[in-house]
Amino acid sequence: MNAFWIILTGSLVAISCGLLGCYLVLRKMTMIGDAISHSVLPGIVLAFLISGSRDSIPMLIGAGLLGVLSTFLIEFFHRKGKLQTDASIGVTFTWLFAIGVILVSSYTGQVDIDQDCVLYGEIAYVPLDLWITENGINLGPRSVYISGTVLLIIITFIWLGYKELLITTFDPALSVALGISTTIWHYLLMGAVSITTVASFESVGAILVVALLVTPASTAYLLTNNFRKMLYISAFVGVLLSFGGYYLAVWLNGSIAGAMATTGGIIFGLAFIYSKNKQRILQTNPTTASDQINRSI
Amino acid sequence: MIEQVENPIIEVHDLTVSYDKKPVLWDIDLTLPKGKLIGIIGPNGAGKSTLIKSMLDLVPQSSGFVKMFDQDIKDIRNQISYVPQRESVDWDFPASVLDIVLMGRYGKLGFFKRPRKADKEVAIDSLRKVGMENYLHRQISQLSGGQQQRVFLARSLAQQADLYFMDEPFAGVDAATEKAIIQLLKEMSSDNKTVVVVHHDLQSVTQYFDWVILLNTRLIASGPTNKAFTHELLEETYGGKLTLLTEVADLLKQNELPNREKKVNK
Ligand SMILES: Nc1ncnc2c1ncn2[C@@H]1O[C@H](COP(=O)(O)OP(=O)(O)O)[C@@H](O)[C@H]1O
Ligand SMILES: [Mg+2]
Repeated sequence: MNAFWIILTGSLVAISCGLLGCYLVLRKMTMIGDAISHSVLPGIVLAFLISGSRDSIPMLIGAGLLGVLSTFLIEFFHRKGKLQTDASIGVTFTWLFAIGVILVSSYTGQVDIDQDCVLYGEIAYVPLDLWITENGINLGPRSVYISGTVLLIIITFIWLGYKELLITTFDPALSVALGISTTIWHYLLMGAVSITTVASFESVGAILVVALLVTPASTAYLLTNNFRKMLYISAFVGVLLSFGGYYLAVWLNGSIAGAMATTGGIIFGLAFIYSKNKQRILQTNPTTASDQINRSI
Repeated sequence: MIEQVENPIIEVHDLTVSYDKKPVLWDIDLTLPKGKLIGIIGPNGAGKSTLIKSMLDLVPQSSGFVKMFDQDIKDIRNQISYVPQRESVDWDFPASVLDIVLMGRYGKLGFFKRPRKADKEVAIDSLRKVGMENYLHRQISQLSGGQQQRVFLARSLAQQADLYFMDEPFAGVDAATEKAIIQLLKEMSSDNKTVVVVHHDLQSVTQYFDWVILLNTRLIASGPTNKAFTHELLEETYGGKLTLLTEVADLLKQNELPNREKKVNK
């Protein structure tokens, strides 16, 4: 039963990350995803301190605000300060994350999270933190509900904003010319990444979230030329790495989060070899190649 | 030589645009006639793309205003179509030709709404007009430069607008495609659509355009091609470099390079 809850939580988180990751990869913004996943930390801690509880709603709001704030700061330093984007990202997220680390370490008594779980995740403990109603009914681990809610939010967001997200990603100039605001959709997407990060924190920790955001999406990018399929494949790879990661960790008796990210890397490697071979076959076989890669008019 | 027109379709008044406080367009003042094929000509970095973008409110204006159909651009985006420079997007994006052309319909659809069958038909019809109807499900990463440009053009046609802005639609396309595109643009303008085109090649200006805008940060000329496209005004636009430029262009024309795909203008 424990295995089931852990894999389920991991999958829910990985699917959310995988879906959003597709947009980050295509927008060439994966490092902003990394930045957000770290900068939400002070938001989460402040939410704990202010609300005095582990309620998910304040946590999501706190993380969302900090995520959007860090996105804003990155843009601000880049635009106003003429700082390169990567430098701007580096400055912003380390600084915010550091504040989070200080907050966690100096309020450990009051805050029911510790540094290890923030950095490395606590997915192994998922089955221990149960949601039990006043009548004593056991509803299963709380993390499952948090990750499930977040996934529902992400799917709704992508479903409703599918064409807006697509066009602002592919051709921002055209979308503005059509009256679709790139700024609004940029910040909505970053907000979505922020709340997803909260759910991921519980499971894989701040350091490895970026693996879930980037690896499944990059794998999917190598395997398809169809955006819709890319979303599905990325989600599927997320589920796969949760399964694989769990059993690898059991086998090695090691960290589940680490094993999940490792499995993701292995899946990516296989996809890379596969896509390279496919390209080579297409190039060496002129009949299919001329049809597939017809570059002349 | 700046000729003003009655009942202009576009009115640009005292427009100045700067990037980082450095003016790129300086005090542009012009009016453009309806139903014409209009060329924007000028050297690299003259601000041609910026002029289009600022007309469409894609970059902030430092001063001045732009009116189209006598209205603010924000109220009439539906009637306007914009074709960005081809290199401005990532052609390795995982999408098919049809996906891209359907984007031209997004402005007509509301929030939440997906393209419907009717939109698809418009998209396919637009692709037919540019001779790409057999490439519906082709991945855009597998298109040649000329095909990419035609897909962009089809997307623009799918918008069913009255006023079209195109940024260097002939850059990096082969001669046959260029001919097909200009034919289409001429048909559009005879249907009383107005088409504004950023153009690079001085040789073809007189054959292509009814009206010409000469630009080099300042507005040098705006008028019917036979009045505005003169040697003196060109010299003013290109500075001393014109002779060099025409010589190079002549050379190119004589040799007619077999592979023009490589000659991508920025
Ligand atoms: N986003 C930008 N930021 C800063 N400078 C820019 C930007 N876009 C264009 N410029 C500068 O503005 C000038 C005009 O650019 P542009 O309108 O693209 O010229 P053209 O299309 O005529 O070649 C150039 O000097 C260019 O370097
Ligand atoms: Mg340009």
